[in-house]
Amino acid sequence: MNQVRLELMLCGGTGCRASGSDPFKDALAAEITRRGLDDEVRVIETGCNGFCAVGPVMLVLPEDVFYQKLRPEHVAELVEEHIIKGRVVEKLLHKDPVSKKRIPLMHDIPFFSNQMFWAMRNKGYIDPEKIDEYIARDGYFGAARALTEMTPEEIIEEVKISGLRGRGGAGFPAGVKWDFASRAKSDTKYALCNADEGDPGAFMDRSILEADPHAVLEGMIICARAIGASQGYIYCRTEYPLALERLDLAINQAREYGLLGKDILGSGFDFDLEIYQGAGAFVCGEETALMRSIEGKRGMPRPRPPFPAHKGLFNQPTVLNNVETLANIGQIILHGGEHYASVGTETSKGTKVFAISGDVNNIGLVEVPMGISLRKMIYEIGGGIPKKRKFKAVQLGGPSGGCVPEHLLDTTVDFEEIAKVGAIMGSGGVIVMDDQTCMVDMARFFMDFIQEESCGKCTPCREGTRRILQIIDRICEGKGVPEDIKILEELSSVIKSSSLCGLGQTAPNPVLSTLQYFRDEYDAHVYEKRCPAKRCAALLEFKVDTEKCTKCGLCYKACPVDAVTWKKKEVAVIDVEKCIQCLSCFSACKFDAID
Amino acid sequence: MAKLDHPEITPEMNATIDDIIARHINAPGAVIPVLRMCQDVVGYLPVELIDYISKGLNIPKSDVYGVTTFYSLFSLTPKGRHKIRVCLGTACYVKGIKEVMHRIGNQYKIDDGETTEDRRFSLEAVRCVGACGLAPVLVVNQDTYGDITPEKVIGVLENYE
Repeated sequence: MNQVRLELMLCGGTGCRASGSDPFKDALAAEITRRGLDDEVRVIETGCNGFCAVGPVMLVLPEDVFYQKLRPEHVAELVEEHIIKGRVVEKLLHKDPVSKKRIPLMHDIPFFSNQMFWAMRNKGYIDPEKIDEYIARDGYFGAARALTEMTPEEIIEEVKISGLRGRGGAGFPAGVKWDFASRAKSDTKYALCNADEGDPGAFMDRSILEADPHAVLEGMIICARAIGASQGYIYCRTEYPLALERLDLAINQAREYGLLGKDILGSGFDFDLEIYQGAGAFVCGEETALMRSIEGKRGMPRPRPPFPAHKGLFNQPTVLNNVETLANIGQIILHGGEHYASVGTETSKGTKVFAISGDVNNIGLVEVPMGISLRKMIYEIGGGIPKKRKFKAVQLGGPSGGCVPEHLLDTTVDFEEIAKVGAIMGSGGVIVMDDQTCMVDMARFFMDFIQEESCGKCTPCREGTRRILQIIDRICEGKGVPEDIKILEELSSVIKSSSLCGLGQTAPNPVLSTLQYFRDEYDAHVYEKRCPAKRCAALLEFKVDTEKCTKCGLCYKACPVDAVTWKKKEVAVIDVEKCIQCLSCFSACKFDAID
Repeated sequence: MAKLDHPEITPEMNATIDDIIARHINAPGAVIPVLRMCQDVVGYLPVELIDYISKGLNIPKSDVYGVTTFYSLFSLTPKGRHKIRVCLGTACYVKGIKEVMHRIGNQYKIDDGETTEDRRFSLEAVRCVGACGLAPVLVVNQDTYGDITPEKVIGVLENYE
């Protein structure tokens, strides 16, 4: 590979591609060729950089200059100014939402500077489609060490020392799980990777697979060696085409390099991998359901014990690890468990990747040391709430999680601390909600999700979640009665204690946490037939408040069915007959002038 | 094996399906990949095809049907020429995807899971496409559109004939 003066690391993750990174890349490559710079500058398409909201993004190395929101029309100026003359293009730099200043270097941008990249250490720095680039950053060194210098017991001990806990949600210590499976006696064992990232609002696994697929393969090779498995599967959801493509490529490259297949690295150890594509069922993220699905059956969970470490896939001892867990393994073996355990809290070690989204300025993927506060994550890394609105709640842990209110924002990121406030760490979805969000409506959203995704095998989950949804629906439609809240609480506790799998056992969490912290909103819906956040259409009047209306006409422009009449300098009027209650006018109005 | 008798399955499709089945016969856990590949060939899974796959793989029809109805990827009814997938993940929900969905339904007179009579569009609400940074998100066939609003959505869809 020739030395070049500059490397342009253009993000090619799902987010940036959707924002138009492909046309930009083509234009950039053409301009570089036209100016005769092919020997000096190289454009490299990387995996997800994490800062999806400002995509397409590009990092210039070795200078570390970060450009955002790139369009093909910026190419000429960028090449002329930065690449030829060495002057940074000010207007394409990131503008910090707090200080309002443009920041040239990536490591100075608060979104990045407060992070700690371990599981995502290669994101944006390598071409995920080239195994050599992964190896150049110490890739597969951990696997080499595990295979040639360590016994399976030593590998497991190292993972135990690291304190690494499963990143898929439950937080079970990875080393302990491996230990169980390694002790199970069988000629056939399986090492699996759970890439069926179903939690809405979580996309870290997709990102890791797109940006650094070899890190996951390396983790699986080490796991297989530790437990004595010869076959592995990566169960990846079908909604992630780019991740599937890159995984496939990575597996083929690893086979070519002798890192998968027979006699890996001359150690005498055999292990090979296959990708298994999911077919769209949330419950398949549950381990026993996932294994049934690989067996070609309906993905329904079964009672445990027996645990998969003893009887898993095809009734053989099996270990299933999440993508993020596996991405940490290579480095733990290479640098030692103690190094990993040096970061974090008493019971939660290392780092955790979170997907911050919703009503927050800096939407994207962040990796933070365990022990950081939610406040710091939302306000310093996330850049606070946009449009000068007020924070209302943050939803953690996906549909099984809970909503955390303002006064608990100093809670730290730690499996136990988060559980104490009624949420869960889960896979790491962090959804910020501003004061325009109705918490009853959010509870309905999650119940609708769970009810639809319930596999139907056990009665409490199948029937109970449906009953809860019916009650919340009724409340949102203004037909709630005072007893409803008590029934919700009772039903929730029954579903929690009697469901078969994790999906049902955690299903009532969104209802319980909103009832706990936002009881006043339920009361307003039930007793006053009023939705304080103005989201529940059945409780709205669709009437313009003449006092608050500034006569701007935004509602008139937003209405799809011409139900709003408005003339310049006049208050708008909504024709309730024509209105289809789509709420477009409510979102358009900046002055809360519609009731 | 007797050929497939279905107006929408051509002899070429039939040959491809036979090939898919032949490659997976006796492989453990083959039903899901075979259903996926066959659906890619025909566009959906008519009952006759499910029947055919069950005979081909020598697996009870009830098992194949059970798998087909369990996973949301599989469809027993025809799909439109263009598949509109509206992301109903949490981030998109918070950012107002409900209004976008409402607008599409109103314009083309279709609900979640339905196809327009002229088979131009089929509408499907999906759970999180993992592009939360662009919320609210709409996917038409393979094209992802971020920051979609009720005002913009019809303009986008009108590009698909």
